[in-house]
Amino acid sequence: MKVIVCIKQVPDTTNVRINPETNTLVREGVQSIINPFDVYAIEEAVRLKEKHGGTVTVITMGPPQAAEALRESISLGADSVYLVSDRAFAGADTLATAYALACAVRHLGGADVILMGRQAIDGDTGQVGPGVAENLDIPHVTDIRKIEEIADGRIVVERLMEDGYARIAARLPVVLTVVKEINVPRLPSLKGKIAAKKAEVPVLKASDIGADPERLGLNGSPTQVMKIFTPPKPSGGKRFTGEPAATVAAFLDELTAAGITIRKQ
Amino acid sequence: MDPIRVIVNNCVGCSLCVKACPYDAIALSGPPGAREDKPTAVIDLAKCTLCGACVEACKRYKAIVITRTTFKGQDVAAYAGICIYAEHRSGKLASVVPEIIGAARELQKDLSAPVTAIIVGSGVRALTSELLSYGVDEIWMIDDPTIGDFDEDVQAELVAEIISEKKPEIFLGGGTVIGRSLLPRVAAKILTGLTADCTELAIDPSTMLLRQTRPAFGGNIMATIQTQNHRPQMATVRHKVMRPADKVENPKGTVVELKHIPVPKSHLEFLEFVEEKTATVNLVEADVIVSGGRGIKDPKNFALIEKLALATSGAVGASRAAVDAGWIPYSHQVGQTGKTVKPKVYIACGISGAIQHLAGMKGADMIVAINSDPNAPIFDVAHFGIVGDLFQVVPELIKRLEAGG
Repeated sequence: MKVIVCIKQVPDTTNVRINPETNTLVREGVQSIINPFDVYAIEEAVRLKEKHGGTVTVITMGPPQAAEALRESISLGADSVYLVSDRAFAGADTLATAYALACAVRHLGGADVILMGRQAIDGDTGQVGPGVAENLDIPHVTDIRKIEEIADGRIVVERLMEDGYARIAARLPVVLTVVKEINVPRLPSLKGKIAAKKAEVPVLKASDIGADPERLGLNGSPTQVMKIFTPPKPSGGKRFTGEPAATVAAFLDELTAAGITIRKQ
Repeated sequence: MDPIRVIVNNCVGCSLCVKACPYDAIALSGPPGAREDKPTAVIDLAKCTLCGACVEACKRYKAIVITRTTFKGQDVAAYAGICIYAEHRSGKLASVVPEIIGAARELQKDLSAPVTAIIVGSGVRALTSELLSYGVDEIWMIDDPTIGDFDEDVQAELVAEIISEKKPEIFLGGGTVIGRSLLPRVAAKILTGLTADCTELAIDPSTMLLRQTRPAFGGNIMATIQTQNHRPQMATVRHKVMRPADKVENPKGTVVELKHIPVPKSHLEFLEFVEEKTATVNLVEADVIVSGGRGIKDPKNFALIEKLALATSGAVGASRAAVDAGWIPYSHQVGQTGKTVKPKVYIACGISGAIQHLAGMKGADMIVAINSDPNAPIFDVAHFGIVGDLFQVVPELIKRLEAGG
């Protein structure tokens, strides 16, 4: 079983705050982390290896400092890592990113299962997984909450939907994007941490992966960001304080006055 | 030449770009390159993703420029009309569909182009009259018994074929599990731009391009995106944000069946669907949501949240803190890394209001917060805030509601 995990290094947006005076993002002290959903993808890959044997390769497309995320992947159980990095990739939207990652996967000889998190927490698009699958001309299933079994070139998964889950079988190779329900990631082992520290992170450039330069980076990206702005800060509404019975009564009166009923009809 | 440059002569060293850069890629620095002794912006190309935030921040001085080589797009002029993807499952149109049609009909006012819909699947002819009732001008349909609800590889192939033949200039889908899986695959087939999970769509009056606005960084920033040289301009639309299309009196639209497009065989096989009826109704569709957070303190206390949900016919939600603590399953999580909800009323109990949570529930028509900390950020977004101990306030609320208060 050969598994490739595609990860992204992202700013830890749960710690991002807005400076109320300048209305801009406060970046100080914001760390770069492995996209949280991708940590579950790495864990699932390691579990597949433990069950079926094989290798776990983790790749990321990003600037040189993304090597740090790959080293962390080694401490989480990856056998090998590759940094897909080139100035030609800068400014890539999801189309160009999916193309470059697919070229890298192909360069690495493909895989039986390609895993990634359902979306990255900076862009929140979730578009790269299906895009990689299309570029490799293999099926994909998004929002996987469980891998039930893999046998005879066929995988059975549970896919989380809005109102339940669907059990779906797919032919291998396949791209799967995972949700947090899929597992509980382990902490890095001491041995893993030492291995991570020593690890060399090989870099794959655009020419290494045989990518068409016209389809990379800014030039290969049909979408353009025209404007970035901070949403207006809300100021809060009516407050009720004091003794619970009185506050609840006052609140319900206001609600009724606003023409809203929350009582079961 | 680097794709992004600072025009040193225009830079006044105001540092607006430094603050605007989400990637920490710009610093103010003295010579070399600086004007006289003044510091000017220097861009770290290794960190820069060419997102353009600095260009926007520097509108006044025009000191940062991004140069993009115009690459081969399609024959843009050959594309016309607004097309939507009519998502369906188990013989029903997805509830996001009327919303997408609503958005398309709004755009139609500025674009004066037909609104069309693509529907592919098994037995989908039965859904066409409902589609037409929302004011769709023409439906492009492939109705074939071999296409399963979850055969997204086949559906993507067929949708791409239809788009290549019919050439709509805009193609919209739902920001649903299926929409966000299918449309990226379609976009990768036809090599065009796709913007995820838009909360606002408009036509730019000067360029007539689709302006697609969406939250990023967990709702910390909004970005407006456009696809200039490729068609169609594709976007998924966040569920429960756009106003659903009104039904029309006498639908005049027509159904065009595209029988000449061959249906390939799927590599996917649908086995079963298991509906999950935890506590109450589906979070995304619920009119009332009662959510619990860290302030719940103990998994047992979620019973109180469930009781309030029952008294309001609502669904039970939770903050990431409550889910991470293992008090309630992930399927209840509301927020950036959970579900985005837009109920009529959202009642947050013991939730502080971290940005990641707000990103998932800010769209509620009315937000009610119950929290003992008067400084909790949740009160900033709440229309009604009850400052108090939730273990006193919630039982009181349940009592009143059950008594018919």
